[in-house]
Amino acid sequence: MSPTSTASLRQGAELALEDVRLGHHEGQPLPGTVRLRIAPGELVAVLGPSGCGKSTLLRTLAGLLPPLGGQVTQDGSPIGGPAADRALVFQENALLPWRSGRANVELPLTIRRLGREARRNVADGWLERVGLSEHAHKLPRQLSGGQRQRVQLARALAGQPRAVLMDEPFGALDPHTRAGMQDLLVDILRGTGATVVFVTHDVDEALHLGDRIALLPSGEVLTVPHPRQRDARNAPATTGIRRRILTSL
Amino acid sequence: MSAGRWLVRAASLAAALGLWQLLTSLDVELWLRFGQFPTVGEVASAFGDRLGTAPYWQDLGYSVRRIVIGFLLAAVLGVAAGTAIARSRWAADLLGPLMEVARPIPAIALVPVAILLLPSNEQGIVFITFTAAFFPVLVSTRHAVRALTPVWEEAVLTMGGGRLRVLFSVVLPGALPGIFGGLSVGIGVAWICVISAEMISGEYGVGYRTWQDYTVVDYPGVFVGMVTIGALGWLTSTAVEFLGRRATAWLPRPPERAPSRAVRRTAAPPAVSSPAPALEKEPVS
Repeated sequence: MSPTSTASLRQGAELALEDVRLGHHEGQPLPGTVRLRIAPGELVAVLGPSGCGKSTLLRTLAGLLPPLGGQVTQDGSPIGGPAADRALVFQENALLPWRSGRANVELPLTIRRLGREARRNVADGWLERVGLSEHAHKLPRQLSGGQRQRVQLARALAGQPRAVLMDEPFGALDPHTRAGMQDLLVDILRGTGATVVFVTHDVDEALHLGDRIALLPSGEVLTVPHPRQRDARNAPATTGIRRRILTSL
Repeated sequence: MSAGRWLVRAASLAAALGLWQLLTSLDVELWLRFGQFPTVGEVASAFGDRLGTAPYWQDLGYSVRRIVIGFLLAAVLGVAAGTAIARSRWAADLLGPLMEVARPIPAIALVPVAILLLPSNEQGIVFITFTAAFFPVLVSTRHAVRALTPVWEEAVLTMGGGRLRVLFSVVLPGALPGIFGGLSVGIGVAWICVISAEMISGEYGVGYRTWQDYTVVDYPGVFVGMVTIGALGWLTSTAVEFLGRRATAWLPRPPERAPSRAVRRTAAPPAVSSPAPALEKEPVS
């Protein structure tokens, strides 16, 4: 059974932030509140300058941080803590360095108590989809930055989450690798049905990947005219939105 | 390591032994007095005699048993206490102050405590060995656990892992390099303390025998004891180092350094001009 067919049985989560006040990781509350509803299977890019609370927003959605006010819900019920339902993908160095790429991908499956063989099969399936079958046995430090992020994607999706929360996952990659990873992400998400929240500070990345873009700190939400179409980069509607984002930031 | 470097190491040892033999056989008395000092030959022949006797091996067995029990207890309890203090506020508040007060007391100063507290000398010596190794292990573990990359834990939590999963899949493996640093220090001080404790209150043991030989003015015997302690200490710390390297094979290790001359030659002229990077790296927030 391929990972695609198992994943497609699940539906994406509906995530909502209702007048949420975010705490900063250094203890300072951030000004203003956030109101955002994310539909099942939607890909929302969260865009804003450094220090505006993007990562905090993501960690709050993951359940790692409690909101200082307001409500954070998944499918209508409050999010009380982290759960396998919502996978988190980090910018870098999130793989356990003592585990091989394959062992990292197997970790969420071990936690779900899958048998040895099933674990291996699912992990290998995902590693193949991210094009890393030949490097599965390597330790994270033996992989390039882009390869490590591929392993992270495979690891996040292997756990069959209903939402994937991504914290500038390609932020540390060079532009060329980055474009390739964006394409891979679009490809690999197909069929999973997972809801995606993608934090970035790169306007073009947000415009390419998102169905909608949430701007921080203003909280403004914009609809992307041609999501995930490379040739629509300079379409009039895209250019108009880009200009609007740049003035707003 | 290259044959050349082994040769240098062996030559250094041989030179030290040669100097010792020279000074003692000539009975040199230049402020330092080598007149009473046994020669290398005397020590070697005493060593040879002792190796064939049962008491030598009995003493060795006693010391090794004490150090193994004391050190293993210290390793297990030191890692457990260090992890608890680093991970739990309760443990930090309950155990932290106690540990900080107990830590500066030299283990060997606990001999009276051991005598009062424990029913036998044997247990007292193990207790002192344990105390000596316990604190370095505890402190290193605490530091290593506190220094762990937080995203590792966050990743496991968002995979649905609980506290125990985080402990066994992230905290302990991630802290291993630091823990082994503490174990290396611990095995060293454990030897110091087991020998001292044996000298004070032992019956049997390499430290006890060494002190006995001193009181009956058998100086070559004293040196046999010292060499034995040195060899055992070296053997056990090598074993700890070896296990540590095996357990932390995932750490990046720098390649063997090139001889400094070659480095200087290639590094001296600065690169003509570094070409402007074609692709600016994205700023990282």
